[in-house]
Amino acid sequence: MGTPRRLAVLFLMPALVLLGALVVYPIGYTLVRSLFDAGGSEFVGLGNYAEVFTDPDILVAVRNNAIWVAVAPTVATALGLVFAVLTERISWGTAFKLVVFMPMAISMLAAGIIFRLVYEQDPDKGIANAVVVGVHDTFAEASAYPGARPRPDGVLKPSGDGAFTAASPARPGSPADLALVGLPAAQLPEDARDAARAPAGDGVSGTVWLDFKPGGGGEPGVVDPGEKGLPGMKVEAVSGGKVVAEATTAADGTFSFPAGSTPRDAVLRLPASNFTEQYAGVDWLGPTLVTPSIIGSYVWMWAGFAMVLIAAGLAGVPRELLEAARVDGANEWQVFRRVTVPLLAPVLVVVFVTLMINVLKIFDLIYIIAPGPTQADANVLALQLYLSSFGGGNDQGVGSAIGTLLLLLVLPVMFFNVRRIRREGRR
Amino acid sequence: MTTAEKTDGGAGRPPAAPGTAGRAAAGAAPRAASRIAAGLGGAAVRAVLLVVALFWLMPTVGLLLSSLRDSTDIASSGWWEVFTEPAQLTVSNYAELMANDAVTGSLLNTVLIAVPSTVLVVVIGALAGYAFAWMEFPGRDWLFLVVVGLLVVPIQVALVPVAKLFGGIGVFGDISGVVAFHVAFGLPFAVFLLRNFFAEIPRELLEAARLDGAGEIRLFATVVMPLGGPAIASLGIFQFLWVWNDMLVALIFADSGSAPVTVALQQQVRQFGANIDVLAPGAFVSMVIPLIVFFAFQRQFVTGVMAGAVK
Repeated sequence: MGTPRRLAVLFLMPALVLLGALVVYPIGYTLVRSLFDAGGSEFVGLGNYAEVFTDPDILVAVRNNAIWVAVAPTVATALGLVFAVLTERISWGTAFKLVVFMPMAISMLAAGIIFRLVYEQDPDKGIANAVVVGVHDTFAEASAYPGARPRPDGVLKPSGDGAFTAASPARPGSPADLALVGLPAAQLPEDARDAARAPAGDGVSGTVWLDFKPGGGGEPGVVDPGEKGLPGMKVEAVSGGKVVAEATTAADGTFSFPAGSTPRDAVLRLPASNFTEQYAGVDWLGPTLVTPSIIGSYVWMWAGFAMVLIAAGLAGVPRELLEAARVDGANEWQVFRRVTVPLLAPVLVVVFVTLMINVLKIFDLIYIIAPGPTQADANVLALQLYLSSFGGGNDQGVGSAIGTLLLLLVLPVMFFNVRRIRREGRR
Repeated sequence: MTTAEKTDGGAGRPPAAPGTAGRAAAGAAPRAASRIAAGLGGAAVRAVLLVVALFWLMPTVGLLLSSLRDSTDIASSGWWEVFTEPAQLTVSNYAELMANDAVTGSLLNTVLIAVPSTVLVVVIGALAGYAFAWMEFPGRDWLFLVVVGLLVVPIQVALVPVAKLFGGIGVFGDISGVVAFHVAFGLPFAVFLLRNFFAEIPRELLEAARLDGAGEIRLFATVVMPLGGPAIASLGIFQFLWVWNDMLVALIFADSGSAPVTVALQQQVRQFGANIDVLAPGAFVSMVIPLIVFFAFQRQFVTGVMAGAVK
């Protein structure tokens, strides 16, 4: 049978050389390198490790990594479990699985670009904020005139909380001229007409208009021809600190209260709801939300992985056990909680641990999605390692210490794997 | 227990319609009622899963539709506008992308990195896997355990030293360095998967071939490799997608001439808003091959993913 031993060497050599040179030797090198300073010439003991846990920037990375490892695998596994159980009840389960599993096939770079688009701040461009603003504006009416303000020398004065109140009580028969400025003409509602003075009736009346004549001219505080009324403006009559009557302006900016509805001392007020800033949506990639937002994109990519593995495990669960529980009177939730989940426990552990190892090294998504100004807020260990070693940080000592820490964190899994294979080999 | 009840237990079929339930349970009013309740529950489940599916599709659809609008449209409004103004759709971004030498060159680099990395991992992994499964040599078992231990080593540990090493032997920045790194870190999984698969080959089959006078090399090429087809397919697809989609390894070991498409696009991300007309079609082009591979070889991919759990 020839010379098996020499043949064995021949068969193994390519793999062992590559593993030795590019995996095993680098591990040793990194362990040693982590004990030397930035330049690699001076021995600093555990100094680099101390820096990892004291440098405020790197501490952010440590904290974020902890958040990632705690949250991302849990959410992805939980969603995968729910999807796997629910898809068993629909006829198009395979199509559903394909849709949810598909992101696993694409690169984290592509997923990153996809989610940069999703999280775009401008609600006119980013779908996430488009939805959030849409929902918000359905429940809270959008204000029509953000930024409008009275003339400094006009009738209206700021009265706190963004509202504007007239200096003196309104009198029936002498219409109030409530002039506002500070609005770009392009921002006027389409139904705005030329402003008119309110007719002097029996009740309090007046005009709210944009006291600005396109092309110049016009007298401040006076309704000039060509100036536009501000329709839909809420006007309140306030007496003794209480709102006693409300009116809304017409297309030409005029409003009027029914005769006798306002006490003699009532003053006119334009409430703040007319002027609040447009709701701009959520600052997804801002300093506070950037990490949760990127975790969301990770879950989008990896929930399908959890789902497929759990579904495979579910296929191996004996139906009779579930049926028996139902016959005994258990409802669907009890069957899920007391029978399905315990039977799936081994699969769930494998999925969870795999995701944890994966999340520990997360890099691409953060590097792509976090915009420059909040990259430091989204920092994680793998990103810090890259920045320290290659991205201008110029400190391969700290980079090596972080690499060593990542290796230490997967050691338990390594031992578990080795022990399992050793047991299987003995059998 | 009737079969109808069994399928209701969730074997992947929709719950029986109320009509059939009524017929099957004639005279058993409470059971019919519970069937109708289950049907309503089924409707809720279908509705929830439909919403989830749309939610999952939306980001990718957004990228695709964005890539089909010109930069002025992208800068002024969201991609969902094409539903009301389909005239906005244009392939001009793709035409420009394909005329851009830097991008087409990087796509070629991606192929030049991914194909050799996949072939080499399969060949080298199969050789070692066969040796671990069927050859006798001292230290075989503990050496295999070392390989198993290397399964979960994070690539980050090796970046700094391998960069030094590559710089020393002059392959830093070269495609060969990127390929070598991918092969090395793909090997533990390849050896592990293929050894386990080859070990299942019936001994008699190999003995028979040996009796026919086949040497180990012929045995490997004509018996073992063909039998290993399914495992090799899973491994190959898994490794191919892994390398095709990689950014970090290439970011460090490739230079501007050998950078794959992921790195080329990454360099445009800094000015995301200004470069979106390159990024959106570029990202989509980079996704096309993985998606084709994924849809064509779903089964093998899933097997690979499942075997690769705890990698």
